[in-house]
Amino acid sequence: MRMKALIIAAAIGTVAGSAFVATASAEDTIYVPLFTYRTGPFAVSGIPIANGMHDYLEMLNQRDGGIGGVKLAIEECETGYDTKKGVECYETVKDKKPVMINPYSTGITLQIIPKASVDKIPVLSMAYGLSASANGTYFPWIFNAPATYWDGASVFVRYIAQKEGGVDKLKGKKIGLVHLDAPYGKEPIPVLEALAKDYGFELVLYPVPAAEMLNQSSLWLNVRRDKPDWIYMQGFGAMNPTAVKEAAKIGYPMDHLIGVWWAGNEADGVGAEGKGYQSLSFTNIGTNFPVIQDIMKHVVSKGKTQTTKDEVGLNFYNRAVYNAILIAEGIRNAQKLTGKKVVTGEDVRRGLETINLTEARLKEIGASDFAPITRVTCEDHNGHNDAFLVQWDGAKWNKASENIKPITDKVIPLADAAAKDYAEKNAGWPKRTEACDKSS
Amino acid sequence: MLYREAGQFKTNYASDLAVFPILQDRMGIAAILLVAFVAVPYFGNDFLLQAIMIPFLIFSLATIGLNLLTGYTGLLSLGTGAFMGVGAYACYKLETLFPGVNIIVWIVTAGFASAAVGVLFGLPSLRIKGFYLAIATLAAQFFLQWCFVRIPWLFNYNTSGAIEVGTHTLFGIPITGPNATSTTRYLIALSIVVVMTWFASNLVHGRIGRMWMAVRDMDIAAELMGIRLLPTKLLAFAVSSFYCGVAGAMLVFLWYGGAEADVFSINQSFFILFMVIVGGLGSLLGSFLGAAFIFILPIFLRYVPPHVGMSIFPATVEHITFMITGGLIIFFLIVEPHGLARLWQTAKQKLRVWPFPY
Amino acid sequence: MLLYKIFIDPFVQMGASPDLFVQTLWEGLVAGVLYALIALGFVLIFKASGVFNFAQGIMVVFGALTLVGIYEILVRWGISQENVAAFLALGLTIGVMFLLAFAVERIVLKPLVNQPDIILFMATFGLTYFLIGFGEYVFGGSSKVMIADQLYLPKGFIDLKILGGVVSLQKIDIAAAVIASIMVTGLALFFSKTRIGRALRAVADSHKAALSVGISLDQIWVIVWFASGLVALVTGIMWGARSEVSFALEVIALRALPVLILGGFTSIPGAIVGGLIIGIGEKLGDFYWGALLGRGIESWLAYFIALVFLLFRPQGLFGEKIIERV
Repeated sequence: MRMKALIIAAAIGTVAGSAFVATASAEDTIYVPLFTYRTGPFAVSGIPIANGMHDYLEMLNQRDGGIGGVKLAIEECETGYDTKKGVECYETVKDKKPVMINPYSTGITLQIIPKASVDKIPVLSMAYGLSASANGTYFPWIFNAPATYWDGASVFVRYIAQKEGGVDKLKGKKIGLVHLDAPYGKEPIPVLEALAKDYGFELVLYPVPAAEMLNQSSLWLNVRRDKPDWIYMQGFGAMNPTAVKEAAKIGYPMDHLIGVWWAGNEADGVGAEGKGYQSLSFTNIGTNFPVIQDIMKHVVSKGKTQTTKDEVGLNFYNRAVYNAILIAEGIRNAQKLTGKKVVTGEDVRRGLETINLTEARLKEIGASDFAPITRVTCEDHNGHNDAFLVQWDGAKWNKASENIKPITDKVIPLADAAAKDYAEKNAGWPKRTEACDKSS
Repeated sequence: MLYREAGQFKTNYASDLAVFPILQDRMGIAAILLVAFVAVPYFGNDFLLQAIMIPFLIFSLATIGLNLLTGYTGLLSLGTGAFMGVGAYACYKLETLFPGVNIIVWIVTAGFASAAVGVLFGLPSLRIKGFYLAIATLAAQFFLQWCFVRIPWLFNYNTSGAIEVGTHTLFGIPITGPNATSTTRYLIALSIVVVMTWFASNLVHGRIGRMWMAVRDMDIAAELMGIRLLPTKLLAFAVSSFYCGVAGAMLVFLWYGGAEADVFSINQSFFILFMVIVGGLGSLLGSFLGAAFIFILPIFLRYVPPHVGMSIFPATVEHITFMITGGLIIFFLIVEPHGLARLWQTAKQKLRVWPFPY
Repeated sequence: MLLYKIFIDPFVQMGASPDLFVQTLWEGLVAGVLYALIALGFVLIFKASGVFNFAQGIMVVFGALTLVGIYEILVRWGISQENVAAFLALGLTIGVMFLLAFAVERIVLKPLVNQPDIILFMATFGLTYFLIGFGEYVFGGSSKVMIADQLYLPKGFIDLKILGGVVSLQKIDIAAAVIASIMVTGLALFFSKTRIGRALRAVADSHKAALSVGISLDQIWVIVWFASGLVALVTGIMWGARSEVSFALEVIALRALPVLILGGFTSIPGAIVGGLIIGIGEKLGDFYWGALLGRGIESWLAYFIALVFLLFRPQGLFGEKIIERV
């Protein structure tokens, strides 16, 4: 019995081993790997994101035959939001000449950032990752348009200043930050601290350790005691719905609780209890946009995806579609700049650097009023774009404010200083040698 | 037949006590080292080195560390991830405070910081035993992880809250950071692991190792025989944490190239513990086998369906990988509860008498 | 100054706003009861089979997911009465938990009988892997909303105006505390008064002796795994109602570990008392002393509380005294 079992095991091992050879990708396609997490504890957020990115690119394949006549080879690599598997994914796709990487996890992004310039693969971390990487002079290969977490936090401050009736009214107010106790959650602290000093409000921090995501009752008791006037939440995954429920439980005014854009999943609203909860966003919600209609027509209704009809148009889905628009735009610009059909990572880096989504351009791709006007330059890989608020009405998200500008005169110097700091702390960080293209 | 030791005579005690008394074993080790040092870096591509071999070596080292504590001394610990973290953060601090010293020196030295912390959290082991001790070490796990996030001095007040690795060189060749090729990093990792495994092997075959095993088998009996429990147990904690600390420093400096505290979470601790158990408690060879089984097997499984022509959705592959891995763990435990190392011994015995049944 | 903050200030605060103090105690109590419930799942299995069940956390997820998943399927099949569907789903889920217990006993435990504890521990890790893959394969990774309303779990809260302030009691918390208490007492009674309970205790004392007097180990094991599956299901419902039903629920099981060392691995009253001490201790600690250390200390505070107790009683508060003979 034992020997037999061993032989079977050995046989399985051999099959696995012999199957373990790298395959080369075909030459006439553009290879776009998507790092996704449809499994694991964060799959709740990961599934709509994965669907949105995949569906838009697939729609381009179906409707236009790809970009510039070249089909896109879309491949998902499952990371489970785990850095270990992210490394594995990166090594798997690296040899197949990807035109860019979308890591979709701050941990994986940090890991890939130093490699990007060496492997000549641009990294697009859309509104996540390292805020400092907005600086194109220090990070020529990293893009994090359309806004950093620091922009987000400053939009929040500007919004509450509006509601309070002016920046000077913020003086003496108490503002809480409920955040995941991890690098991602701590991102907004420096900018909020700087603004607290300038505007004279008091910042109170409420860290949530990752292991305590579902167990926040004493934190919210603290909130009840401190009575902060506004709360900003930099949370993720199961932390958000738990926080919203606890906030409702202590009777905190829901419209004074505002989450970052990754705290705006439909699951985060938790039904009727979370009515009034607001979250930042930069993409619009719903299906009433030509680009989404095209996805419905060419992809979803033809069953070329896992997405079901009612998942289209949700908040994270639409945001991921915007992410895919940036991918496509980068590739398209690269084709224009180089005149080549099949572009490489180096070309796409130049393409991303010349992204200029004007109102007219957005209209052309059917995303007018859907996605923010985005302009990336060689110096600024982010754009520091406007954001707005969406509010949960008990069943879905609705747009709840006009566009609000981030406080860029605070955020950009901070980001530049952080970028410089990063380069200095990393002995031997390469100087930018890449030439700068004219915006298209 | 294949594995015959007839004709190999031992003429002195030294050769009788040798770690590998049999010629074939010595040849086997030499062959493995040759493959590891020459063939793998020569023929392997980046994927093999970066995604499989380097992490495998690092996890093997951490597994050896935990095996010294759990397998040899019988003290169950769930703080491995945190001890690895101490090593990583210590190495990061040392490297930024004294950038002039070669990074390899710091990777190894970082182990001492980890050892000191390990001793501190090993103190309760004198009174607490078994699963109780395991959960007591969880205090170390959660407390240290909290420190990695909460004490900004540890990550040099980086706004990202993560530690990043710059480029360091050895004889002018970059060995850490993005410019270091995976081959260089692999060879460095391999050298450290080989040296430390050799050291561990000597340790467990010597007086200290025997003291540990005596404590494991029955600590009261060991005490009666004159083994002082506290120093012995604390030494086990120190050495074990040292290995884990070095592994943690290697994890960040030779593999990830940047990490956040989450890397050293409780899951990492469990991960290493399972490598120890599946590989075989109290076996250095088992540490390598266990690391290979738990770490490499899922990677293999993930690559089977696309390469035999099946196009399954990646998420589904992941689900199936989980199920098969879980099933195989249970299967192997049922076939051989004493770990893969025991399977190898059984196989060796079979080879020795082959082609006869016994 | 520091001493003042540690020894005086918190008590001044307690005196100044007694309503918050009572509220904190209440939150601690509720958390404590729920921790006790999770710990109970561990204790039952450990007592009967010496297995430290790593899979308890994933069983919580699995139970909750199965419940909501079956409910959704039933609704899709056209059972229009939501409450009927919910309770039907509850019944079916209990059935699934039984099947799981049965399968675990047959496939995992039986072949591994008489192996060292650590091997069985490892086997439950294999089980965890399997259940993660299986659960995600069947139910998908997206989160679900716990069907609390359909199961007649109460909503809303009661505001008690006492002590010059307001103490707000959530009805769902009251329900959780009541249900958990009933379950805990029920199980405690079941295992102390019934025949099976006595058999269980015999098994816990010695497998061989129990076998020799004709107790069926298989049967006992199925029963305890089923019981702890039920406990996991209830835990899943309660925590699921507090946040969401997703794989993130798994971390909840970690909360039980300090309770276990405090209360002892083998003691049901230990799990209850330990749960309450940890629950109330960590809420009070985090609320009144947490700010001193920069908050977020809840993740390790419980372990330190437990560790302090453990240094005086190495076998936990109610654990059986460890007697070693050479």
